[in-house]
Amino acid sequence: MSTWVTAAVAGLLFSLGLGMGGMTDPARVQGFLDFTGAWDPTLAFVMGGALAVHAPFSWLIRRRSAPVLAPAFPELSKTRVDGRLLLGASLFGMGWGLSGYCPGPALTSLVTGGGMVALFVLSMLGGMWLFDSLSNSSGRAKKRQTTERVGEPTREAA
Amino acid sequence: MMTFPMHPFITALIGGALIGLSASLLLLFNGRIAGISGIAGGLLSTPNRSEWAWRLAFLCGLLGGGLLLRAFWPHVLGAPIVSGAAWVVASGLLVGFGTRLANGCTSGHGVCGISRGAPRSLVATLTFMATGAITVFLVRHVLGGAP
Repeated sequence: MSTWVTAAVAGLLFSLGLGMGGMTDPARVQGFLDFTGAWDPTLAFVMGGALAVHAPFSWLIRRRSAPVLAPAFPELSKTRVDGRLLLGASLFGMGWGLSGYCPGPALTSLVTGGGMVALFVLSMLGGMWLFDSLSNSSGRAKKRQTTERVGEPTREAA
Repeated sequence: MMTFPMHPFITALIGGALIGLSASLLLLFNGRIAGISGIAGGLLSTPNRSEWAWRLAFLCGLLGGGLLLRAFWPHVLGAPIVSGAAWVVASGLLVGFGTRLANGCTSGHGVCGISRGAPRSLVATLTFMATGAITVFLVRHVLGGAP
């Protein structure tokens, strides 16, 4: 079995979970974020269900010395709460509230063929690309000074 | 059209459990974190071929699940709240740029990070829920509707 098979299965389960949970319905997402109006608490149960399963499993899995199909668990490069985290999360929340989409549900909803969803995903990828090109150009100067680190861990989410 | 025969809270719990299971599989087998913004963003930034394969496979799985949803439960798929193209572009840019700057989104921080007990992820999750709620408040109750 190779890593892409397990990744594909994980992707499939992920979007089914998003759909069943209601995360792919932007109206429901806005209802969840609308604390001063007719608050719809349903999505809190999605998070509850995900944490109830993943918290114990991830604790157990991390006791292993390595993943099944990879040599090691990548080290998480970032652990501190900093301005980047706060600013990034703030901007993301604004876009999430406006559109009702976070990245997973938006990508999943591409299958509807809706033009606005496609436009959203293109803009989202554009925003990611913009971030990468900005951080690359600011990081290049630094890299020249600190000689290249071998085996630098790939930047992981979270 | 089939609807889920259960209370929405139960369906939501099951949906969440599937997401948790997916994240657990990816961690157990691939040693990776199921953060969608990181997986998709990595496709744009990594030159490494083996890094590409699993990321692309995950996204194909995601779309495959989307097709199943469309076939059996189309009512769960919606469209962006804002209807003007400029607003859709603006919100997409905010989501893409913001999740990369914060190194994670609802899945990477909200599910994986909090599961791991990372304070950073808890702070990120509370922050994007807060600015999301403020945005919805402004759009719904101050502007009186989506632009």
